[in-house]
Amino acid sequence: MAVELTLRGPSTRPSAPRATLVEQTAALARRAIVRTLRQRALLVFPMVFPLILFAINGSALSPATRIPRFPTDNYRDFLIAMTFVQGAMFVSISAGVDLARDIESGFLNRLALTPLRGEALLVGQLGGALVIGIIQAIVYLLVGLAAGVTLSSGVGGALVLLVLSILISFAFASLGALLALRFGTGEAVQGIFPLLFVTLFLSSSSLPRNLIKADWFRDIATYNPVSYLIEGLRSLVITGWDAEALALGLGFSIAILAVALGLSQRSMRTRLARR
Amino acid sequence: MTGILDELRRFAYVTRGVAWRSIHNTIVNPAILLPSIIFPLFFLIAFAGGLSRIADVPNFSYKPGYTAFQFVFVFLQSAAFGGVFTGFAVARDFDSGFARRLLLSAPRRSGIIAGYTIGALLRWALTGTIVTVAALIGGMNVDGNGVQLTGLIGLGVILNLVAALWGCGLAMFLRTEQAGALIQMPVFVLLFLAPVYVPLKLLTGWIHAVANANPVTAVLEAGRGLLAGSPVKVAIAFMALAAAAAIFAAFARRGLTSAERAG
Repeated sequence: MAVELTLRGPSTRPSAPRATLVEQTAALARRAIVRTLRQRALLVFPMVFPLILFAINGSALSPATRIPRFPTDNYRDFLIAMTFVQGAMFVSISAGVDLARDIESGFLNRLALTPLRGEALLVGQLGGALVIGIIQAIVYLLVGLAAGVTLSSGVGGALVLLVLSILISFAFASLGALLALRFGTGEAVQGIFPLLFVTLFLSSSSLPRNLIKADWFRDIATYNPVSYLIEGLRSLVITGWDAEALALGLGFSIAILAVALGLSQRSMRTRLARR
Repeated sequence: MTGILDELRRFAYVTRGVAWRSIHNTIVNPAILLPSIIFPLFFLIAFAGGLSRIADVPNFSYKPGYTAFQFVFVFLQSAAFGGVFTGFAVARDFDSGFARRLLLSAPRRSGIIAGYTIGALLRWALTGTIVTVAALIGGMNVDGNGVQLTGLIGLGVILNLVAALWGCGLAMFLRTEQAGALIQMPVFVLLFLAPVYVPLKLLTGWIHAVANANPVTAVLEAGRGLLAGSPVKVAIAFMALAAAAAIFAAFARRGLTSAERAG
């Protein structure tokens, strides 16, 4: 409804006011957020699953802290960063599937008939994902603190942790949108999702890179950008203020966001081609 | 006597048809086949490769090494998930309307459950073989003899049956693809609440208590013992699995009855 009110189609009256880019984005973001919040049942599993893994692996892998040179004596401190990144990966699938549904249902084609700009549609569509990212980040932080995780970087570190994890969620949501725009079906987005998970497990998510025994695995983890996203978040928990880890985490999340948004923008132009 | 033979013939007819369709759909559809192969391989790589340093934890002892330690978990996990994926297929068949047509046309409906479970077993035969070959290529040591390795395969077969019966039963009760998470989650959690990364004796706190009470722990320990050539808890593991198979066979039968009633 909001979208229809804001995004007026070609009018017979030349003086009809046209929505600005910000108004277009806001209308679509509102729609995406409302749709996301209406699917509460679908939100629970992606949010709870990383917490279940956190609870199980946080205890099951705690003997790893007895490995010489392990950076902390509480494995939950080490593991919590993975929970944030895993949650962000789930955000990517919900963002991708929502956009794919709009493509499949013809909503995107109908929008192509309006003067809507592709940038507004893309960023607006990601609004719902951003909300999930924010809620997830807060929930994960609170659960982590309740489970005994201590942040070496203090309250300021907690805020930076939230900001970085939301940025990572947004970057992954953009990846989800890119997949949706490229493939056009929710099934394809869901099918590719396991590959994202592979990148999570082939990273330094479970052990620090310097303690990974298999050389080939350590090499993969070193070349895997997900390692740096995790290590950026983890540094705030375990080390305190580690400028290098934070810069790498921030840099890689911005790079993923920029590449995914850029490619999505190109794909969106094709999808919205006024034929 | 002829009546019983006729019943058996009808049962076998339905079982063969459903099993053939199940395995055919798996093989011709990469979207179904690939995840069931890739996931266990990926777990094997991630756990055996990425976590091999865990073997350096003081008091960790498993003679064949960490790759073999993780292989048993991944092997049994693939067996369980072979069954779970079959539950997804049943749910999909209800969503598409195929299952209702099947219920109408099958002369002996219990053959439907048998067919799906045989389909699950055949599907896992492929996955289990690939995982085993991958582990052997990755340098896994095998210390168990032929009989012990057959025992390990036996554990996988019954675990696959148990998971398939659970998946079929729940899918028949709920009759929607959205049941997927409900089918998968308990199996996933139960598997990961066993001593996945380190032996039970190295676990501490609540996870030790839960793993101690978890029947999957006995299955996992028995499997690891068989692969290492020093069997432990084998009888307990087989008895636990047999009991679970009996319970979930009844559960699946009730699910079928529920689906029949729903029409």
